[in-house]
Amino acid sequence: MRSTRNVALSVLLFCVSVGGWEALVRAFEVPAFILPPPSQVALALWRGFSSGLYLQHLSHTLLETLLGFLAGSALGLVLGTAVALSRPVEFFLYPYIVMFQSLPKVALAPLIVVWFGLGLTSKVINAALIAFFPLLVNTMVGLRSADEERVSLMRSLAASERQIFWMLRLPNSLPFVMAGLDVAMIFALIGAIVAEFVGAQKGLGMLIQSMNFNMDVSGQFSILLILSVVGLLLNRGVMMIRKRVLFWDPSEKERIEQERVSA
Amino acid sequence: MATEAISVQHLSKLYTTRDGGVAALERISFSVDEGEFVAVVGPSGCGKSTLLKILAGLLSPSAGSASLRGTAIQGPRRDIGVVFQSPVLFPWRTVLDNVLLPIDVQGLGRERFMSAAMDLLALVGLRGFERRYPWELSGGMQQRVAITRALIHDPAMLLMDEPFGALDAMTREHMNLELQRIWLERKKTVFFITHSIPEAVFLADRVLVMTPRPGRVVDDLRIKLPRVRPLDLMTTPEFGDYTRHIRGLFNVKGGLDA
Repeated sequence: MRSTRNVALSVLLFCVSVGGWEALVRAFEVPAFILPPPSQVALALWRGFSSGLYLQHLSHTLLETLLGFLAGSALGLVLGTAVALSRPVEFFLYPYIVMFQSLPKVALAPLIVVWFGLGLTSKVINAALIAFFPLLVNTMVGLRSADEERVSLMRSLAASERQIFWMLRLPNSLPFVMAGLDVAMIFALIGAIVAEFVGAQKGLGMLIQSMNFNMDVSGQFSILLILSVVGLLLNRGVMMIRKRVLFWDPSEKERIEQERVSA
Repeated sequence: MATEAISVQHLSKLYTTRDGGVAALERISFSVDEGEFVAVVGPSGCGKSTLLKILAGLLSPSAGSASLRGTAIQGPRRDIGVVFQSPVLFPWRTVLDNVLLPIDVQGLGRERFMSAAMDLLALVGLRGFERRYPWELSGGMQQRVAITRALIHDPAMLLMDEPFGALDAMTREHMNLELQRIWLERKKTVFFITHSIPEAVFLADRVLVMTPRPGRVVDDLRIKLPRVRPLDLMTTPEFGDYTRHIRGLFNVKGGLDA
């Protein structure tokens, strides 16, 4: 009962705000190149998808994002593990990693496009560079957060360091790693779009740029809408994997329980 | 002829702090026979956990020697089972997988121990819970899983560090009965640490009484109460004599801080 009412309320809220936007734009005769009415955004969306134009650019951006996510996550996992397991690696490498992280990646994107060209490679690299840091930090913290008593238990069984890593530290780090993947996925999308802004032949970021030159504001709105929906879906995808992997994690159970309550 | 399961000679442990050293244990000597149930009772800070960690090979002593079954302790070893104050279960493993952890670590091959695991789980009253996860179990059940895990590789000896300290009073009494039953059935040497005087007297053949600062054994008391001991035993005068005697030791030494 409660859930159907909530759904109805949420649909109503959406209709009222979109309707209000439409009405205000028409009433005050706001020019379409400043703020287009929702009807025009919907029209642009329809045209873009029916001509196949959006799908072509969307799939390209998605490919860049996913490849960047995979490469960045792998890099973050490996580096995070190395830093967590080895004091020398932490001492010599970690300061540089932090320095690199504090650079705004937007400022780095032009260089990467110059080095790796206008094609796919530069976008994947930019996405990976932005995505790897949350995973690096979370892997590092996760691997080091193993409970002292559990480590004592493993030691009392005469377990080797390698066994303690595989049987305890690694599974124990998974909640942290999954939280890192959550962030990394969205970061990868941002990284891909930023690199497309700087220079690309395909992709939704490039499309926004060219629409901006043509003052096609309703087109830009339609792309923004697509990007936010894509971001939401990517996030949901990671969350589904996370629920599968972390069925045993108490904080995950709380989250599931909360969702059940609010549903 | 009884052989010595645990032999401790003039054992000391010093912790170094900024303003010098703190003696957690000072020249402790005792021995435990094979198959004997020995409880160590003392207030917190008397070094009893330090003693257990040394026996488990997790800490090395500052001076003196300790040996298990005739060989000096040089690190963790595989012929003992340790039970800690909290169950220390791995949440990503089922009850059965948690019980089999020592088998996995020691590479003994799960197949050979599967029926032993099932028997032990039945022994502690957890039949039918093999596929459950730790968070689906109550505190007392979790601690029973921990005891099963400590027994799975058939160690000669159990080291238990206040295993029931975190349980409520009723569950605790129940677990004491369970442990006595398991011990009577399996006849392992048990070295049991507690800060509860009645628990020590109820369970043990012998009670070592420790006082803190520095940690010392001030009495070694043989409990001559018949087995199987029922909970009612705790209300008998003989039982009361033992607990009064031990409590008296703490008051004389000023060691009771709780």
